Amino acid sequence: MIPYRIFSQLVVATVVAATIGTTTAAQTIAITGGKVYPVSGPPIENGTVIISNGKITAVGVNVPIPAGAQRIDAGGKIVTPGFVNSSTQLGVQEVSAVNDTRDMSARGRDNIAAAFTVWEGLNPNSVMLAPARKEGITSFVIIPTGGLVAGQAALADVVPGTTTDMIIRAPVAMVAEVGDPLSVGLSSRGEIIVKLRELLEDTKFFRTHRDAFDRAQSRPFAASRLDLQAMIPVIEGRLPLLITVDRASDIDAAMRIARDYNVKLIIGGGAEAWMIADKLAAARIPVLTGAMNNIPAGFAALGQRQENAGLLRKAGVQVALIGNAGGGDEEAFNVRNLKQEAGNAVSYGMTWDDALRAVTLAPAEFFGAADRIGSLQPGREGNVVVWSGDPFEFTTRVEHVFVRGREYKEKTRQDLLIERYRNLPGTHNAPLPE
Amino acid sequence: MRVFFCLLLLGAAGCASAPSQTSTSPTPARDSAQTDFGRGLTSTPNADPFPSTYVPFPSRTTVIRNVNLLTAAGPLIRSGAILMQNGKIVAVGASVTAPADALVIDGAGKYVTPGIIDDHSHLGVYAAPGGNALSDGNEATSPTTPQVWAEHSVWPQDPQFPRNLAGGVTTLQVLPGSANLIGGRSVVLKVVPGRTVQAMKFPGAKYGLKMACGENPKRVYGQRGGPSTRMGNVAGYRAAWIRAQDYRRKWDKWNADHKGDPPTRDLGLETLAEVLRGNMLVHNHCYRADEMAQMIDIAHEFGYKIRSFHHGVEAYKIADLLAKEGISGSLWADWGSFKMEAVDAVKANLALVDHAGARAIVHSDDPSGSQRLNQEAAKAMEAGAEIGMLVSEEQAIKWLTINPAWALGLDDRIGSLEAGKNADVVLWTGDPFSVYSKPEKVWVDGALLYDRLDPSEQWRTDFELGFIPLNRN
Repeated sequence: MIPYRIFSQLVVATVVAATIGTTTAAQTIAITGGKVYPVSGPPIENGTVIISNGKITAVGVNVPIPAGAQRIDAGGKIVTPGFVNSSTQLGVQEVSAVNDTRDMSARGRDNIAAAFTVWEGLNPNSVMLAPARKEGITSFVIIPTGGLVAGQAALADVVPGTTTDMIIRAPVAMVAEVGDPLSVGLSSRGEIIVKLRELLEDTKFFRTHRDAFDRAQSRPFAASRLDLQAMIPVIEGRLPLLITVDRASDIDAAMRIARDYNVKLIIGGGAEAWMIADKLAAARIPVLTGAMNNIPAGFAALGQRQENAGLLRKAGVQVALIGNAGGGDEEAFNVRNLKQEAGNAVSYGMTWDDALRAVTLAPAEFFGAADRIGSLQPGREGNVVVWSGDPFEFTTRVEHVFVRGREYKEKTRQDLLIERYRNLPGTHNAPLPE
Repeated sequence: MRVFFCLLLLGAAGCASAPSQTSTSPTPARDSAQTDFGRGLTSTPNADPFPSTYVPFPSRTTVIRNVNLLTAAGPLIRSGAILMQNGKIVAVGASVTAPADALVIDGAGKYVTPGIIDDHSHLGVYAAPGGNALSDGNEATSPTTPQVWAEHSVWPQDPQFPRNLAGGVTTLQVLPGSANLIGGRSVVLKVVPGRTVQAMKFPGAKYGLKMACGENPKRVYGQRGGPSTRMGNVAGYRAAWIRAQDYRRKWDKWNADHKGDPPTRDLGLETLAEVLRGNMLVHNHCYRADEMAQMIDIAHEFGYKIRSFHHGVEAYKIADLLAKEGISGSLWADWGSFKMEAVDAVKANLALVDHAGARAIVHSDDPSGSQRLNQEAAKAMEAGAEIGMLVSEEQAIKWLTINPAWALGLDDRIGSLEAGKNADVVLWTGDPFSVYSKPEKVWVDGALLYDRLDPSEQWRTDFELGFIPLNRN
């Protein structure tokens, strides 16, 4: 067995080679005979997906197969875009109870950390990455947490290499948390809204009075220079503001802010979003939510229900599914359970097609990366999964997973532990079978 | 008629041992609540000061026919039937004779299983909507608190109870948390509406003792007088058991001769002495293989048995030891890596423990996961299959039913679909190991207490009235 580090360096080497145009036969892959769900279009029976030099080059029936392509027979199987988990701390949190492996939060100033670029802490050697990819997650959004404004989120692919290699787009959103005043040093939810408005006002002012600020001739601001600077794309409508919020009235308040400041809003969590689904639909505000929580886990989430995602879709809201069961580190070790969220969403009223879209193209669209990931179309990254059956079912296996055109089959840390202990008393002194 | 069913249930272990009567009249709960304390006398004049007042809800004779049955006591019965009468399962097989007054439900395409049993719950003691006011699960004032009883923290109006029932869970063990080395007594509850905890208590269920290894106690007490290390933890358990041995000896002597004044009662030692007498079951929160092995040695030193290791993310490393010691593993399908002692979690843990011959149990420790223990089991089955350790649905259903029933000492009453057992039954919309299946109807002691198709049969706690919107569209 090739040690992981060396293995990953080999892969990096080839990926780099691919990007500078070196073509080898093995870099063209033809996945044939499967039921292909491009997501951007209707499913294709007995379809073919061609990946070349890391990108998808053709999708359809009767697609000519380039000479020398590596063929993957997907007969009787399902082919989808790689899944995108759009609410994770993957790679920025290794062992959540071990402080020096936690890099998803910033101290900021006065609970505002808009300048925080969480991806600077992304660890490409995280052992959490491989288990996620092994179960079909090829891309993920890293969400900073904590404070009123937690920082900026990034979208990355689950590929080895450097952080730079992994990032698809950064930032993809500014993240704010609304609804828990005490956790941000305030006394009421209304005060949170005031504070957010103050930040946006100051950002507007800062944007047009930079010179005065630099000459120290401006009034004091609610945030530091770097934070205000980071907020400018938000008020210019270039960077979405992702507000994690549960109570319907708080969502409503967030919508008022978005309207008043022309902010592109995304709602995260949104336990009670279903209560104002029609308003969210009318304002074209997308929602990230899950389908595995019905616990009234606080007074802000009394209306939490598993039908949330389905009801939102029915009302015309764009939805991306995220883990929301509330336990088991669904933001790190269990980002892989996105498919279970999707299955439960279907079980609680979402259509199957919508659920697939909610774990692929929908999040890619929300975070401005639909031109890169989320669908099977020529020109998109070669992020493709071949499933043995319905991707949402427990009995289904990932048979092949490609990220940027490379297939990944490496053993996870868990695989190595199982090899060691499947025959007790264990084989830690013996050579491991390949 | 019974012989007929036994023939149909070829190889079903339950037939030989099933009670002989085919029907029973409703048993007053207090009668069966006379705790059948096992080996040794109890040390106290009043061994059951908070007795169960549970009375089964009204039921009608019910037959589910044309349904697939995962009995947890034998092979899958395709297109079979089950008869429930007077709160008990009367017959299970390819067909049953429906009494004239029976409600007959056609279960075409559906599945029937025993009620799910979650042996690791904090419902009621960490009730929703949460917050300090409802945080009653850890008496984190001393590392050793065997004197506390979880039932005194349970809020029967916790809105998580009806959600659990809707997930097919009919029996729960509610445990104190894991802040303490010895956290206190657990309580076994039926997932039923009750004005009082006593009305939910499973009649005659033994108490459990919650113990905890590793990081939690040393984290909670590290700056508060200790223990601050794992070796401090072990010293703490042993010191407690030494006191308990002494206490037990004094009381056993007095119980035998009644000479002089009885020894002074001590609530905590009373509980520990009951464990030493074999009257209570030890449920030990423990992640790491090496620590579990040490806890087993401590149990040997003081002569008690550990009934189940809870969480046991490294159980697969000592699955042979668990099998040899007869200790079950109450495990998650896929939680791990959230703390140092959980970094070696593998999804195949349940399958590996099962294949080694130890009792594997899917537990939740989580109000959300508890509602989908079937899905958790399905993930663990698939993880087994991926490493070539196949687990059949007939086996996996045991992880959710008869195995946790055993861990609670209730496998003679619940946990399988066999004549004579309590009619705790779930009708699923489809194969329970599919992500798309949900409980459609749930019976507890033969009484229909949840019906997904009928909102009037959906229990709402007092708290929910007004606070929680009716989820109707």
